[in-house]
Amino acid sequence: MEIKQGTPVSPGVAIGPALVLDTEWFRIPQRYVEPDRVHEELERVNQALAAAAREAKENQQAVSDKLGKQYGAIFGAHIQLIEDPSLAAEIEKQILEEGFAAEYAVSRIMRAHAKALESIQHGYFAARAADLFDIEKCLLRNLLGHRREQIQHLKQAVVVLAHDLTPSETAVLDPKMVHAFATEAGGRASHTAIMAGALEIPAVVGLGKFVTDVSGGDMVIVDGHRGLLILDPDKEMLERYEKTRSSFRIFEDRLGELRELPAVTRDGTNIQLLGNIEFPAEATHCLDRGAAGVGLYRTEFLYLGKTSDPTEADHLDAYLTVLRTLGKCKPVVIRTLDLGADKFSTSAEVVEHERNPFLGLRSIRLCLRNLTLFKTQMRAILRASAFGDVRIMFPMVSTLLELRQAKMILAEVKEDLDEEGIAYNPKLPVGTMIEVPSAAIMADQLAREVNFFSIGTNDLVQYTLAADRTNETVASLYNPADPAVLRLIDMVVGAARKHGIEVNLCGEMSGEPIYTMLLLGMGLRQLSVTPHNIPEIKKIIRSVSMEEATHVAEEARRLETARDVNNYLREQTRRILPEVVG
Amino acid sequence: MTGPSLQRTVIVANPMGFHLRPMAAFARRAAQFQSTVTLTKEGRRVNGKHMLELMTLAAEQGTPLILDVNGSDATEALEALSEILAAPTMDDDP
Repeated sequence: MEIKQGTPVSPGVAIGPALVLDTEWFRIPQRYVEPDRVHEELERVNQALAAAAREAKENQQAVSDKLGKQYGAIFGAHIQLIEDPSLAAEIEKQILEEGFAAEYAVSRIMRAHAKALESIQHGYFAARAADLFDIEKCLLRNLLGHRREQIQHLKQAVVVLAHDLTPSETAVLDPKMVHAFATEAGGRASHTAIMAGALEIPAVVGLGKFVTDVSGGDMVIVDGHRGLLILDPDKEMLERYEKTRSSFRIFEDRLGELRELPAVTRDGTNIQLLGNIEFPAEATHCLDRGAAGVGLYRTEFLYLGKTSDPTEADHLDAYLTVLRTLGKCKPVVIRTLDLGADKFSTSAEVVEHERNPFLGLRSIRLCLRNLTLFKTQMRAILRASAFGDVRIMFPMVSTLLELRQAKMILAEVKEDLDEEGIAYNPKLPVGTMIEVPSAAIMADQLAREVNFFSIGTNDLVQYTLAADRTNETVASLYNPADPAVLRLIDMVVGAARKHGIEVNLCGEMSGEPIYTMLLLGMGLRQLSVTPHNIPEIKKIIRSVSMEEATHVAEEARRLETARDVNNYLREQTRRILPEVVG
Repeated sequence: MTGPSLQRTVIVANPMGFHLRPMAAFARRAAQFQSTVTLTKEGRRVNGKHMLELMTLAAEQGTPLILDVNGSDATEALEALSEILAAPTMDDDP
């Protein structure tokens, strides 16, 4: 048994077999083999070893010819490892005595050896583990060959373990078959965290190196409350977590009782509490928790993991599913495509490798250069607006000109629909995300040309502090409580108020209980959060008065560092609702 | 086991330690002898014909390694293998 500590990003407890994703996305299809197939498995191992040795010899020759004998000799060492009789013997023993499948036996043995090497306190020898992983991959490639299973066709529910998960990777996973995520990298605002929130499954990120310690099929526990990953748990631990799992459900049910109660402060100020969703099916999660609507409908899901761009019908289908669930009166804010060009392969324009994708061609910038793609989505949003309270929102706007361009294109699409006699809401509210510092600074200008703002704190924090939230080495700079971020939020709220438009806040910050009082005190009356955070945030709203919230905001503005702000907010939140502050 | 049982302590001379390539050379050569071959570092014994076990030794330059050979060709094996261990460089070192 081994216990790893990381950052909890989505609550809950999951217990299940591990699905280990490495960079090459191999997955071990099964752990055991039927007794009558043992000989076949032994034969497969022998063939894989022979093929791997052949490959290493070819590499040795090729590299020697190209770079010189001393470099080719590295592969000579690989050959020696592959042909080591004890390796074959160890693998065979696992198959014969444990009944393991060839792939599982190979993976287990190679990882055990790699781990032994990694534990040596000596750089050179520890780094040799990489050679063993190389060999493991080579053997698995030979074993799995064309039988390599598709990751999207999972047959049993699993806990997904990986170094990190990217949007395109998570998009192909079957949500019904994934019980939890645990990743080595990533922070509170990483894509893994967002996805886990969306799927309402427990997740722990930033665990540090562990992927090499696990083989596919091993039993693991993910504790999304305390940020723990438990590998190979013992019986006692398993029993304890079975209990925790059921008591968490009871806690959830209790919060569920808040569903019918309004999100109103003690002194009667109404707060509109909305849900963030990614998949149409999540609209139900919003309703279940009594959300006032959808404050952020991310549409990237429609583009990811597909071989072609989504059609107008694909878009419309998804939007109408959400509208059908929520009814005609609840607002649904649809955000247009917010992805980097590198994230989906079907983009007509072949994008050169970007040195700095977060500052590159992404989101609205990409849409403005790919009008077919943009107009298709706009048409679907407009058509959906005939069926409910739909609103359109543009992400990553950084200048007034971009906003005007986007609005101009929207006007063109409206004209097209007019000509075709297709119904839509001519007064479709148009909003812009405020997530680039330039937009926050110029918010008073932008406010004149839109119907609403939505502050996207994830990117706003990242761009303001110039810190990548998924890079562990600088992640500590990334903090929504940073005084610089608070000033920008103040500017945006002030501009919205001055021009009489609505302002919502939809980053992860809005779902963190410690920020609720601060945000209300700063003047926000709309918060959009991951559905599972709704009850908790509602509980805080119902426990404070605006007077208290205003006071908290005033005090927070006076503090000098993000840490001071965080400590202060934690203390204040604990005073009001001790059970929500960990 | 027939044949003599011989032992010699050899100091690792290669400045990079007993690294991957000399290890491969050692395992390859050891496998050619009928004799059993073991290496011991600070009480840890490994089979000298098994590359995977050799890798766990992590012997840096200056480390004394005890080489044990036991079998009909032990004398020849002892010479050939201690030569690899004590060699300051591989002939193909860059």
